[in-house]
Amino acid sequence: MRSKTKVSAGNRLITVLVFGVVALALYPLFRWAVIDAVWGNLGPEACKETFGACWPVISEKGSLIIFGRYPAAELWRPALASALLLGTAIVTAMPRFWNKALLLAWIAAPLLFLTLMGGGILGLSSVPSSQWGGLPITIMLSVFGIGCAFPLGILLACGRLSSKPVIRWVATSYIEAVRGVPLITVLFMATFILPLLLPSGWNISAMVRAQVAIILFTAAYLAEVVRAGMQTVPKGQFEACEALGISRFETYVKVVLPQALSMVIAPTINTFVTVLKDTSLVAIVSISELLMTARQALADPVWRTHFIEVYVFIAVIYFVFCFAMGKWSKSLERAYIFSKGRE
Amino acid sequence: MLETAITLQNVDKFYSDFHVLKDVNLTVRNGEKLVVCGPSGSGKSTMIRCVNHLESHQAGSIHVLGVELNDDVRNIAQIRKSVGMVFQQFNLFPHLTVLENCTLAQTLVSRRSQDEAESVAMELLTRVRIADQARKYPGQLSGGQQQRVAIARSLSMRPKIMLFDEPTSALDPEMVKEVLDVMGELASDGITMVCVTHEMAFARSVADRVIFMDHGRIVEENTPAEFFDNPAEPRLRDFLAQVLH
Repeated sequence: MRSKTKVSAGNRLITVLVFGVVALALYPLFRWAVIDAVWGNLGPEACKETFGACWPVISEKGSLIIFGRYPAAELWRPALASALLLGTAIVTAMPRFWNKALLLAWIAAPLLFLTLMGGGILGLSSVPSSQWGGLPITIMLSVFGIGCAFPLGILLACGRLSSKPVIRWVATSYIEAVRGVPLITVLFMATFILPLLLPSGWNISAMVRAQVAIILFTAAYLAEVVRAGMQTVPKGQFEACEALGISRFETYVKVVLPQALSMVIAPTINTFVTVLKDTSLVAIVSISELLMTARQALADPVWRTHFIEVYVFIAVIYFVFCFAMGKWSKSLERAYIFSKGRE
Repeated sequence: MLETAITLQNVDKFYSDFHVLKDVNLTVRNGEKLVVCGPSGSGKSTMIRCVNHLESHQAGSIHVLGVELNDDVRNIAQIRKSVGMVFQQFNLFPHLTVLENCTLAQTLVSRRSQDEAESVAMELLTRVRIADQARKYPGQLSGGQQQRVAIARSLSMRPKIMLFDEPTSALDPEMVKEVLDVMGELASDGITMVCVTHEMAFARSVADRVIFMDHGRIVEENTPAEFFDNPAEPRLRDFLAQVLH
């Protein structure tokens, strides 16, 4: 910690200069987005006279961007489904809720999400997944992607460090193979090659294929992060467990992994952030996630000129999620490293 | 009750080409306090680590409380239940509190209930005079305090034999005494102790027998009085001259 010392004149000058430069650089943006901007629920002609942002495009197209082509009368369903999934993810982010009930929530939340989205039972009208779109898809791909890839990544990391050559070889080959190709390639393969390999009559929806591709891809990256953490755990920890008679499995679950994961909180959540942003790549295999619905909104010739506002809008949405994850990372580090006298 | 706690017969151990233990023979009686000393690299730590199979031996036989140590995992598990070990680097679990360090193995291995495990742990933490720190994490304690917690953690499994692998070598000098005091009290309780240490005053006052190892062999073994006052082996005389200043 730095104590409050007298600030030198030179330091003061640097502070003023930095603030000045930042303010100068940001002022045009502020002017565009706020001062000169047109606000409210107006038609496109309201924006003819200004050089500022035209926010009516968001009030006009916001629902299409966020929910895609989901039936307009049923929008409460994707809204509630997303809130449920997001709520489960947020509760999972807080260590004080880590108990058995949370495992049940992780079984219930995806089922509820799919029921609400798809319908066809409980009096809900059926909505095929080709009509799902926007933020619920981004949230689904991210939450299922992270939620499934994380345990899989831990298994792969344990496999790569296993003393049994077969397991080590399988885990290592998998990780190296997946890391060797870009996500887009994996998505293309899942979309176009997988159906050729499956027996005829097997039909897996594009959404499921993309989701599985994201999970399998992310697991390989997380495996390497977790492995790095496991290698920071000293040999003495294993020996202490052996001497106490603790089984190999319990040594990993109760002693090695808790320490390993707390060592790699920052890179793990860094990978989570990447997953969220990489979901935008599934647009390339025709799934309407947030970026795709934004482009669909811009297909309307009346509003086409206001593409910057639309991209800024979805950028803000991505930023809110990513920023929240960054804050989460910091709070986990405080709870798991600094409070235990380990620095 | 068996007379002997630990028997090593013609034990050989290699680290690839390096012959660490050479034809080691040793018998430790039940309740005996044995101190092992010798220069670094003499194989003393390796020898006691063979007793609970943290290291495996390549020839000869090791019996602990009547059970032979071989590659049978059931035998290893059975022996580890009755043998506690305290390490030079403490090896406490840094992510668990002092109390949790002492209850983990009880609940996982001995299948005690959480309440029972906690009451056993608190009793032992009181015995090593650190009960007031039970809710802290190891990283918040001094080295001497951590080593006392490590002793309590080992005792929580109710071992019949305790192995100490240079328990005070990683401590600042002013903390050595608090750990040796706890070990001395433990010795008077009748538990079998094998202790690798350079604390000669401790050896003299607590040990029933002291052995000296050099280059993987036991070269001298005697009562503490004879060991320190009439060392027969020249290498031991040199060693004692070094450590006693």
